Formats: sequence, structure tokens, C-alpha cells
Amino acid sequence: MATQNLTLYDEDFTRINAVLGKLCADAKGRAVFLVDKNGQLIAARGDTAHIDTTSLASLTAGNIAATGGLAQLLGEREFSILFHEGEKDNLHISVVSGKVILVVIFDNRSSLGLVRLRVKKASEDLAQIFKDLSARKDREAGQLRAAFHAHLAEITDEDIDNLFKS
Amino acid sequence: MSFINYSAREINCKLVYYGPGLCGKTTNLQFIYQKVDPKTKGKLISLATETERTLFFDFLPLELGTIRGFRTRFHLYTVPGQVFYDASRKLILKGADGVIFVADSQVERMESNLDSMQNLEHNLAEQGLHLDKIPFVMQYNKRDLPNVVPVPDLQSALNQRDVPWFEAVAPQGTGVFETLKAIAKLVLQDLRAKA
Repeated sequence: MATQNLTLYDEDFTRINAVLGKLCADAKGRAVFLVDKNGQLIAARGDTAHIDTTSLASLTAGNIAATGGLAQLLGEREFSILFHEGEKDNLHISVVSGKVILVVIFDNRSSLGLVRLRVKKASEDLAQIFKDLSARKDREAGQLRAAFHAHLAEITDEDIDNLFKS
Repeated sequence: MSFINYSAREINCKLVYYGPGLCGKTTNLQFIYQKVDPKTKGKLISLATETERTLFFDFLPLELGTIRGFRTRFHLYTVPGQVFYDASRKLILKGADGVIFVADSQVERMESNLDSMQNLEHNLAEQGLHLDKIPFVMQYNKRDLPNVVPVPDLQSALNQRDVPWFEAVAPQGTGVFETLKAIAKLVLQDLRAKA
């Protein structure tokens, strides 16, 4: 396989959520999301109750992918920041470590400058988390990892068939 | 590239419907969307032109249920089938855990089926992937039309790998869930094999 599966454990999730929560507060954002480049939502913080987060994740990844395609046409590696301005809400989208996408939704209680400033700091923190994550993956074939994978390996054909019984 | 969140105990997989323009990829998703329990599905998103041709992708998130304590979610995508949208197709194909090839059974679309299959192989190869190595199923759609190619001929032209295949009439739903079930099963088996 050319790509590796992204696997998160409790500790990673807790660290990511802490960074997102802080970013949301510091940037005075409405909500903050972390999405992987394939459009899977990794984590969200803030006022997400009225947002279709799954669709948001998929469309954001599509947006970044399309913009990345444009960048390559122009000989750029990627356009790492996107900003969409609306009448009430604005979207700030950035790529962290070339791996994950950080989305901040904010209204007129904040400003683009403040969001950019706070995103920069949060991106550094997130980059460190993902660096640790891949280092750990390399270092340990890991007990936790092995245990969970053993769990996956236990899935039977019957379990799979049961998913479709309805 | 599946995404497994142990903290939330979720398995998320990406399935891509591939095939030539107007073969019925979007119709597959629309039928699934209509029939599935509202509690288990998200919104069907279609990024389409004014004439309802897929411009970028359709997207439908589905939750199939729990397997050994893991919530199992599939994200269904279609690619735009028209030849000139190749750049978009490549983007959507990235990170796919499984691929469904929807072939248009009509005689006059045979050439387009073959071109699209070749395009799929080419675009996967760019990612270092190969159809022999990833979960893959075939769907022969539009079986209700009068001028269809017999299944054995479709098989020898498009399915030399002998992957699971299904006859379908997507607007009526014939074969739609059978295809989805087959690919979902292959993807989960693949995930298990890699565990």
C-alpha cells in the first residue's frame, strides 16, 4: 500500500482536542475542526451542534484537494491556507504538516488576523503531535496497537454479514 | 486509507464508484440514500453542473452498525465520469479503501467502459496501487435496456480478474445493495487481513 492508515488512540485524541479547544477559545472562533486529507473528520471543538460535520469534512478535503491540484499546475507544492469570507461566518482552512486540515469557523467577534496568528501556534502544536504519532508508530509495533489489531483480526465473516441484516 | 479511531471506537472507510459518464454511479448513491434508514445516513452531497452531470463528486456517509464494538462507517464517493474531468477523478480516488466499477451494459457504451477501466488502472498506478491488490467489485448496470451486451462478453472484456460482479438496474435498485454489500465485505476482510 502506498498510503498508511491513520490510527489514533485515546492519548492522541486527548492531546488533539486540547489544542483545538485552546485554538477555538484564543481565536474567538465559533468552531474548530481537524480533518484528514481523505475527508474523514478527526476531531471538532466549539459550537458544532448545528453543523453537518461529516459533510463539512468531506467538502473541506475536496476543496483542499482541488486547490492542491491548482497549485501543482502552477508549480507550487500546495496552497497551504484558504480563506472564505461570508456575510456572517468565515472559514479559515490550513494544511498542517502536509497531512491534516485545520478548519476554523469564525464570525465578526474575531478577525482574520487573530485567527491566522492563533492557527500558526496551534499548527505547531498539532505538527508535534503528528510527529510523535508517526515516531511511535515506527518505534513500537506497540502493545496497544497490537492489542487493537488483534481485535480487528478477530472479526469474523459472520460479524460482517450481521452488519447487513436489516 | 481507512481511519480507525480507537478513542471513539470507529472504523471509517472510503468507497469509490468509478465508471464512464452516464453509467449510473450517482443513481446508485441516490437509490441507497432513498432506501437507508435516516438515522444511519448523512446528507447526500452532489457537486453537479446545472444539467445534473457530476462536476466534482457525490458523497454519502453511511453507518452500517457495530462490529465488535466498533461503529462501522462507510463514506461513498462517485467520481465524475466524463473524460475531461480526469484531474478530479484522481483526487477522489486518493485514499480509497475499495472501488466499485459501474459499467454501462449498452452495446454502444462498451468502448467507454474499456476506456474508463484503463483510466482507473492508470490512476491507481499513479498512487502505487493495483486493482489486484485492493478490494474491487464490478456492477453491470442498465440491464433493463434492450441493446445490452451479454454478461459473458462483459465479463471477458472487463472482468478478467474475476472479482465479484452484479447485474443492476440502478434506478429501480436492482443489484445496488448487493454491490455495496460485496464491496463493504471485501474492505472489512482486507482491513482484518492487514491487522
